[in-house]
Amino acid sequence: MTTTKAGPRPGAPARGPGGRTGPPSPGTRLRFRPRSRVTGAAVLLLAPFFVLFVLVMVVPIGYAVWLSLFSEQQSGLGFGGTETVFSGLGNYTAALGDPAFREGFVVLLGYCALYIPLMIGGALALALLLDSALARARRFFQLALFLPHAVPGIIAALIWVYLYTPQLSPVVEAMEAGGIGFDFFSPSGALPSVVNIALWEWLGYNMVIFYAALQAVDRSVLEAATVDGAGAWRTAFSIKVPLIRASVVMVALFTVIGSLQLFTEPLILNKGTGSAVTSTWTPNMYAYTAAFERNDYGLAAAASVLLALTAALLSFVVTKLSGGRGRKKTERNEATA
Amino acid sequence: MSTAVTPDPAGPAGATNTANATAVTPVSPTAPPGAAGRWLSRTAVNGALVLATLYMLFPLVWLLTAATKDAGGLLAGNAFSFEGFDLGRNLSDLASHGDGVYFRWYANSLLYAGVGAVLSSLVSVAAGYAFDKYAFRGKEKLFSTVLLGVLVPTTALALPMYLLASEVGLVNTYWAVLLPVLVHPFGVYLSRVFSAGYIPNEALEAARIDGAGELRVFVSIGLPMVMPGFVTVFLFQFTAIWNNFFLPLVMLSDQKLFPLSLGLYAWNSNAHAEPTYLPMVVTGSLLAVVPLIVAFVSLQRHWKAGLTAGSVK
Repeated sequence: MTTTKAGPRPGAPARGPGGRTGPPSPGTRLRFRPRSRVTGAAVLLLAPFFVLFVLVMVVPIGYAVWLSLFSEQQSGLGFGGTETVFSGLGNYTAALGDPAFREGFVVLLGYCALYIPLMIGGALALALLLDSALARARRFFQLALFLPHAVPGIIAALIWVYLYTPQLSPVVEAMEAGGIGFDFFSPSGALPSVVNIALWEWLGYNMVIFYAALQAVDRSVLEAATVDGAGAWRTAFSIKVPLIRASVVMVALFTVIGSLQLFTEPLILNKGTGSAVTSTWTPNMYAYTAAFERNDYGLAAAASVLLALTAALLSFVVTKLSGGRGRKKTERNEATA
Repeated sequence: MSTAVTPDPAGPAGATNTANATAVTPVSPTAPPGAAGRWLSRTAVNGALVLATLYMLFPLVWLLTAATKDAGGLLAGNAFSFEGFDLGRNLSDLASHGDGVYFRWYANSLLYAGVGAVLSSLVSVAAGYAFDKYAFRGKEKLFSTVLLGVLVPTTALALPMYLLASEVGLVNTYWAVLLPVLVHPFGVYLSRVFSAGYIPNEALEAARIDGAGELRVFVSIGLPMVMPGFVTVFLFQFTAIWNNFFLPLVMLSDQKLFPLSLGLYAWNSNAHAEPTYLPMVVTGSLLAVVPLIVAFVSLQRHWKAGLTAGSVK
């Protein structure tokens, strides 16, 4: 019951990024302090982060682009090893021309089509249930639903692979007893198998984000709706959901980016379970295989760059599609909070 | 229950207090009329939540019971029983196999996640504090760059990072895993939010008037005040590093440097050919999950605060 009182209150933190943090604005402080001294301190405090940021993000991105423009070629008759030659966009055309790479994107598309609606819808439904007046033991449910997030992805995948394996699994046993025969390792079962593992890992995490946003919704708005005769369903879908739109967009964004990087779960399914998941099942697995099994770094870099570009494009689309309106909602949220 | 209330009265709380107070005792948003109807709705809502909870918890319960079984018991099914109870043997196998390499991995994970998360949180909090408390040219542009970093798919960076690391001879060293995890753009975002919420500018001003230098102000006034936020950033980063798999997979080939995730993956790959690895993989997984479960159960206030700050982005 007291869950809502934990931590900084919902709504309030939004004041941060706007920089509106209270009366003594940085501007007024400058009157007391010499500007150079203040700037010096800011630089000193920011330096560690930005040095590392450049080192492990900016430089690798640049290096990946650089690498993707070169390829290794056998020199002469194949003696004397290989030499690196500039190949322009050759690696990109090679990656895009490879059916295995393209199929990876098809798999990813199918994965997103199944996973994202289930994730957003499921997390939203659970958050609304928990936020409804009828829910009991909210603190317990919140913790229990969140707990799978504490399990490393690799271990989550291991557990579920055991639970998918016919001889080992109580789930398969129970399903068979109920007359449902489902092979989690078959070609048609591969996608649902992976989606289920990812849902299990992230559903509770996203639910807590939505629940926190719902708790920040101004209660007087909801009371007004009740007075106007709106039922619980109507309140949930016409008032609560639109009001937490910004959170929904954010979760959608992170879910899309996470989905594009799909690797660990299918890798575990791929390793020796007789699953239909191949070693190049997703674009990320393709890049990994290209780099570490075929030692074709140029191709792997091109695949990585294409994946990052897809992520950038999708981030742009998601924020553009909903950005303007979502932001307005947040501001209104802040204003009422 | 009420212990959760106390720690943050001065935090970014004030304004929404009243809104939340009503949230605790909500006015019923129109249940069907009549006691029976209301009872039905309540059962449906809580029933759905119980079902979701069962889905979330049963794999963990399975992990717990499975960890007590020997290979035969595991392969025999009957997952939720304690048939073939052999936890002691599993644990001793775990400790002795490969000269106790499992606990070496455990120590490595603690090192990567512990040291990595402390340093990364310090770096993030310093940057977040600077973004919140100082005005300088191009600040918001720079902050947007940080936020853009949140969106970069980290797995796409692992390969070029591996190649760079191999050029400077860092592949197969602790640094190969430790250095990249120090950058946590979302931690900077959270730190800025927490700095705004927990550190009143007046406190800094007072210290300045007393003649403290800017760094001194940060270390002895800002940092202690933002501690609850620091713990939150630390918790998320600890979890991320503990769960990290792709980066160590790419960077490390020496088993002695493996974190748990990679070690268990290696054992699991063997288990297909050699079923005696099965109980060790399962028991090892259970032990690997314990620290995070304990952390999340005992630090509920902190992860909720983090997700709350994230949710209103």
